[in-house]
Amino acid sequence: MTYLRALNVTKTYASQKALDKVTLEVPEQSIYGLLGPNGAGKTTLIRIINMITRPDSGEVYIDGHPLTREDIGNIGYMPEERGIYKKMKVGEQAIYLARLKGLSRADAMKKLKFWFERLEIGSWWNRKVEELSKGMQQKVQFIVTILHEPKLLIFDEPFSGFDPINVNILKDEIRYLNQQGATIIFSTHNMASVEEICDHITLIDKAHNVLNGEIHEVKNRFKTNTFNIVYRTQNELTSLLNPADFLIKKQEQLHDSFTADIQLLHQNTPNNLLQKLLPKAEIIAMQEILPSLNDIFIEVVNNNKTSAHE
Amino acid sequence: MNKIALIIQREYLTRVRKKSFIIMTLIGPVLMAAMILAPVYLSNITAGKATKVAVLDETGWFYKKFKDQDKIDFYYVNGDLEAEKIKALANKNLLLYIPLPELNIPVNAELFANEQPGLNVSAYIKSVMKNIVETKRLMAVGIDPKVIKQTKTDINLVTIKVDETGNEQKSNTEVEIGLAYLAGFMIYFFIFMFGAQVMKGVSEEKSNRIVEVIISSVKPFQLMMGKIVGVALVGLTQFLLWVILTFAFVGIFQSGVMGGDFATIMQSNHGQMAMAQNNSGIDAAAFSQVSDVLGGIDFKVMIISFLIYFLGGYLLYSSLFAAIGGAVDQQADTQQFMLPVSLPLIFAVISSSVVIQQPDSAFSVWMSMIPFTSPIIMMMRIPFGVPYWQIAASMGLLVLGFVFTTWIAAKVYRVGILMYGKKVSYGELWKWLWYKE
Repeated sequence: MTYLRALNVTKTYASQKALDKVTLEVPEQSIYGLLGPNGAGKTTLIRIINMITRPDSGEVYIDGHPLTREDIGNIGYMPEERGIYKKMKVGEQAIYLARLKGLSRADAMKKLKFWFERLEIGSWWNRKVEELSKGMQQKVQFIVTILHEPKLLIFDEPFSGFDPINVNILKDEIRYLNQQGATIIFSTHNMASVEEICDHITLIDKAHNVLNGEIHEVKNRFKTNTFNIVYRTQNELTSLLNPADFLIKKQEQLHDSFTADIQLLHQNTPNNLLQKLLPKAEIIAMQEILPSLNDIFIEVVNNNKTSAHE
Repeated sequence: MNKIALIIQREYLTRVRKKSFIIMTLIGPVLMAAMILAPVYLSNITAGKATKVAVLDETGWFYKKFKDQDKIDFYYVNGDLEAEKIKALANKNLLLYIPLPELNIPVNAELFANEQPGLNVSAYIKSVMKNIVETKRLMAVGIDPKVIKQTKTDINLVTIKVDETGNEQKSNTEVEIGLAYLAGFMIYFFIFMFGAQVMKGVSEEKSNRIVEVIISSVKPFQLMMGKIVGVALVGLTQFLLWVILTFAFVGIFQSGVMGGDFATIMQSNHGQMAMAQNNSGIDAAAFSQVSDVLGGIDFKVMIISFLIYFLGGYLLYSSLFAAIGGAVDQQADTQQFMLPVSLPLIFAVISSSVVIQQPDSAFSVWMSMIPFTSPIIMMMRIPFGVPYWQIAASMGLLVLGFVFTTWIAAKVYRVGILMYGKKVSYGELWKWLWYKE
C-alpha cells in the first residue's frame, strides 16, 4: 500500500528548475531512500512534502488523500540544516519544540524522559545546549523529530556530521521506529550510507526522477552477471575459460589462493562457469557481484538518461 | 496551546530572563529617579545650614538694608576690618566689607569667606546694593524713584491657543518643546532598540540553522509574528517597569533618605528658586505659569498616543528589520539594508527642530501623516495640540503602513530564511517578493 505519493511535482526557482515532473510512491512502512547528488532537488521535494514550499504544479497525496496542513502534524522532519537554540536549556528546548508539534506539556515531558534515558542523555536535561557536544546535540534533534510519534519520518542527510558510533545508534533507532509502524524517507547524496538500510529507492538527478523501485529489484535490473570466485589452481585462469563466454574483469592473488571477477556472457549461467572450472581448480567461494547504488547511479546518469524514465 | 502563543511566550521569557534585560530595567529607573531627585536633594543639603554674613559698612548706606533671607542671615558690625574679618571667619561666617569710596558712591564691596559662598548669597547682596545705589543716584539728580517704578513695565506675553470649538488654552512653548523632544526621541530610541532585537533574533535563528526545524511545525509568518509580538511585549514590560520603578525609587528615596514630604520639599524648593529669580529680576509668576501649562497639556492623549505610536512604529519597522535579518546570512551583512530602512527615521529626527518651530506647517502635517515618519513627528506635534481628526488619520495610515510592511516583510522573510550562501542584492529581494509560496 502506498503511504505517500507525489505526482508530477514541478517547482521552479527564478530561472532554475528544481523539480521537473517528479513522481514517486512511498510504500507504507517502508524505508525509502531519496538519493541523488547535491543540488538535484531532493531538499525541495522534501520541503514540498512538509508544505514549507508549494509546488508550481503537481500533487502530493498522503494516506490516500491530498496533503493538508493537518497532515504535517503526522510528519517528523529532520532537516539537513538543523540547529538548536544555543542559549536555551536542553530540556526546556525539547519541550518547546515538542509543543510546537502539538504535544501537551505533560505528554512531552513523559515521552522526553523515555527517549532521553534510551539515548543516555538524561543527565543533560538542565544543561545549556552550547555545553553539549555535536553528537549529543544531534541526539536531541533526533528525539524532537520523532517525539510526537509521526507516521512519516523524513531525514535529510541524517548522518552528516555524526560519528560512526552515533550513526549506528541512529540506524538502530530508525529500524526500531520502522518496526513500530513508521514510514521512513532518507534523503542523502551519500548512497553508501543508506544502502543497507533502505528497501526502496528513488534516484533524482537534475530535477528528474531517473530511477525508482525496490532495492533488490533495482540491483537485479542493473546487475551485470558478474561473479566473484576464490579458487586454487596450478593453471592460468585464461587457459580454462573462453573469453568469448567468460570475461575476466579482475584477477588478484590472495595469501594462498586467487580471486577473480568474471562476467558471464551469452546466457551462460554460474553453473556453466563452475563446469569449466571444477576439473582444474578448487573453488573455495563464489558470490554474485551486485552493483552498488553508487555504480548504478553513475551508470544511469552517464549512459542513458532517457531510458531510465519509467 | 496555540502555536503562535507558544512562540510569543518563548521569545518573551528568554528575553526578560536575560541578565542584560534585568540590569537595563533596574538602571533605567535609578537614573531617571536620580535626575528627578538630584536637584531637590542638592538644594536640600545647602538649605540645611543658613549662611551668616557680617556686614562692615563704612558708608552707612546699607545699614539694616540687607534683610534676613531663607538661608542667609545678616548682622551688622562696626570695627576694624582685620579684627572683624578674623572674628567672622573664626565663626565660619562671611564678612561683607563695603569701603568708603573717594567719590562717595560705593560701587565696590568685598566678601570674605572660608569657602566659596553660594551664588544666591552674592546675587542677593549685589541686587540690594544695586537697588540702593541706583535709588540714591536718582534722588541726587532729582528723580523720584517711585516715578521710575511706576513707568517700569513688565511685558508678559502669554500665547492663547484657540481651537476650532473655541476653547482657549494658555500655552508655553518652552515646556511644550521639552515634551515634544522627549516624546519624539523616546519613540525613536524604542523603535531602534527593539527593532534591532527582532533583527538579531531572526538572524540568529537563521545562522543557528534552527529555522527549518521550526517551520516544519509552524508557518514562517507565525514564527516572524511570534517574534515581533514577543519582543513588543518585552518593550512594553520594560517601559511599564521603568515607569513603576521610577516612581517607586523616588518614593523610597523621599521617605527613607529625606525623611520628609516630597511635595513640601518640592514646594519650598520652588519657593526658593522663585525668590532667587525674583531677585534677579524674573517674575515669580513664571512658575505658576509652568504648572498652568503642564495642566493644559492633555497627558491622557499624550500617553495613549505614545503607546499607539510606539506600537505602530515598532510594528512597521520591526517587520522590515525581521525581513533584513532573514535575508542575510550573517549579522554583519545587515548594514547595507539597515541604512535605507532607517533613513526615514533619521530624517524624522533631523527635521524635528523644523517641526517643533512650526508644528502646524504643511511640512509638519505631512510628515506626521506618512507612516514611516509619523510615530516620531506626530509625537512631537501632540504637545502643541493637534486636531483629533489628524491624529486619527495619522493612526489609520500607520495601521495601513504596518500591514503593508508586514506583508512585504513576510514574503522576503519566507524566502530568505531558507536561503544560504547567497549574497543578497536588491534585485534579488525584488524577485523574492513575487515568488509563489
